[in-house]
Amino acid sequence: MNDRDHVVTSLREIGAGETIKYRNAAGEQAVVVRNDIPFGHKIAISNIEAGTDVRKYGEVIGRAVEPIAIGQHVHVHNIEGIRGRGDLGKETN
Amino acid sequence: MERTIMGYERPNGDIGIRNHLLIIPTVICSNQVCSRIMQMVPGAVAIPHQHGCSQIGADKTRTFEMLAGTGKNPNVGAVIIISLGCEVVDPIALAEDIRSTGKPVEVFDIQSVGGSVKAIAYGAELAKRLMADLQKQAKVPVPLSKLKVAVKCGGSDATSGLASNPALGAAADSLISEGGSIVIGETTEIIGAEHLLAERCATPEISDKLYHIVDRFEKEVERMGADMRGGNPSPGNIAGGLSTIEEKSLGCISKCGTAPIKGVIEYAERIPENGLYFMDSPGNDIECVSGMAAGGAHIVCFTTGRGTPTGAAVVPVIKITANKQMFLRMEDNMDIDVSDMLDGSASLGQAGDRIWQEIVEVAEGKWTKAEVLGHQEFSINRIGPSL
Repeated sequence: MNDRDHVVTSLREIGAGETIKYRNAAGEQAVVVRNDIPFGHKIAISNIEAGTDVRKYGEVIGRAVEPIAIGQHVHVHNIEGIRGRGDLGKETN
Repeated sequence: MERTIMGYERPNGDIGIRNHLLIIPTVICSNQVCSRIMQMVPGAVAIPHQHGCSQIGADKTRTFEMLAGTGKNPNVGAVIIISLGCEVVDPIALAEDIRSTGKPVEVFDIQSVGGSVKAIAYGAELAKRLMADLQKQAKVPVPLSKLKVAVKCGGSDATSGLASNPALGAAADSLISEGGSIVIGETTEIIGAEHLLAERCATPEISDKLYHIVDRFEKEVERMGADMRGGNPSPGNIAGGLSTIEEKSLGCISKCGTAPIKGVIEYAERIPENGLYFMDSPGNDIECVSGMAAGGAHIVCFTTGRGTPTGAAVVPVIKITANKQMFLRMEDNMDIDVSDMLDGSASLGQAGDRIWQEIVEVAEGKWTKAEVLGHQEFSINRIGPSL
């Protein structure tokens, strides 16, 4: 959705091993998908270090909880939301 | 020449696009009588609810304002208020408040009339008389600029942020350019995106108020010591590809279009004319829609990815989706499909026009799927416990 994004969103089911294409300012890019991806789910288009803010729509959508490799499924198992976290107690923002 | 649609003129200058007879129980104890009267008089709408007693402070006020606001909604032509006789909500004050709009309001209590059966008979007689008057009322040309549309998303998945919400935003811009009002809510669902909305507030005071209501809401979540992620995003959102509240919010906010935000209003507060407004409200679909109806919205445009049948008691709810499979699977409940945006065969502008066209047709009388199926959901957001 934006050139700062770490992820793309799939518009169909995608099988592990397929190559997907997306477009950014530099032109058409290709990524080999490493996991099965359900409709509407996200795929990493760059390597993301653990603890890094993850972007979609050009904005931060959460933080990686483990290292994420390019082509991997990005979802609740490897990123977490930062807001509304009463379970974490008082956080300094 | 100002654009007009066919609608109902109200005594206080408002316009209505439906002409409901509304039966309001002041308290849960009156629900049964209200529902029975509704069954006896086709076309009457009752709003049974869970509250009206054992409430104090802001919670008590909220119940009153929700009942009053729903009664005052310009789609309502006449009102019957049915009290038990001993509850916290004051039925006479409620009647006075709704009567200030100029519409006919009848009020009585079950204890004085002498129990359920007599109350049902008495209420049905009132309802028949009021309905006969409403049916005689003709539609006349009314200014489109007086139309107020609420935008909502529910059962969202990844298609909501990618397509249906931006398309609804384009339609919202169309109404704003005609002079109408758009209200967006769901304070929950701007968490992570509030800075983008704050930039669009017309004055610093308005953007301060926006940050304040988000902060107020987050403090409520923290007070419960809970992690939001169990409740929002919902399991359905997560299965549909939304991983965090931030991602969901970023996809949500596009549905209000690009106009400046002219004000931040409280839950059930009256929606002003001519502009885009944010209403403090929960993400809970029914509570949010009910709050916007109590604020005077004429129509709710509701985007969904997972699918929901929900309608509302006094306002038509237009269901919009960009999830083609769900549209086909739940076609009974869906009005507009904009999934052709995702394969590139429709532009954002075309999808937006499709929604705008539907808004005007529904305003002029076309029934939404939710109306055809008789959906009349209503619920009141709570602040405190019952005593």
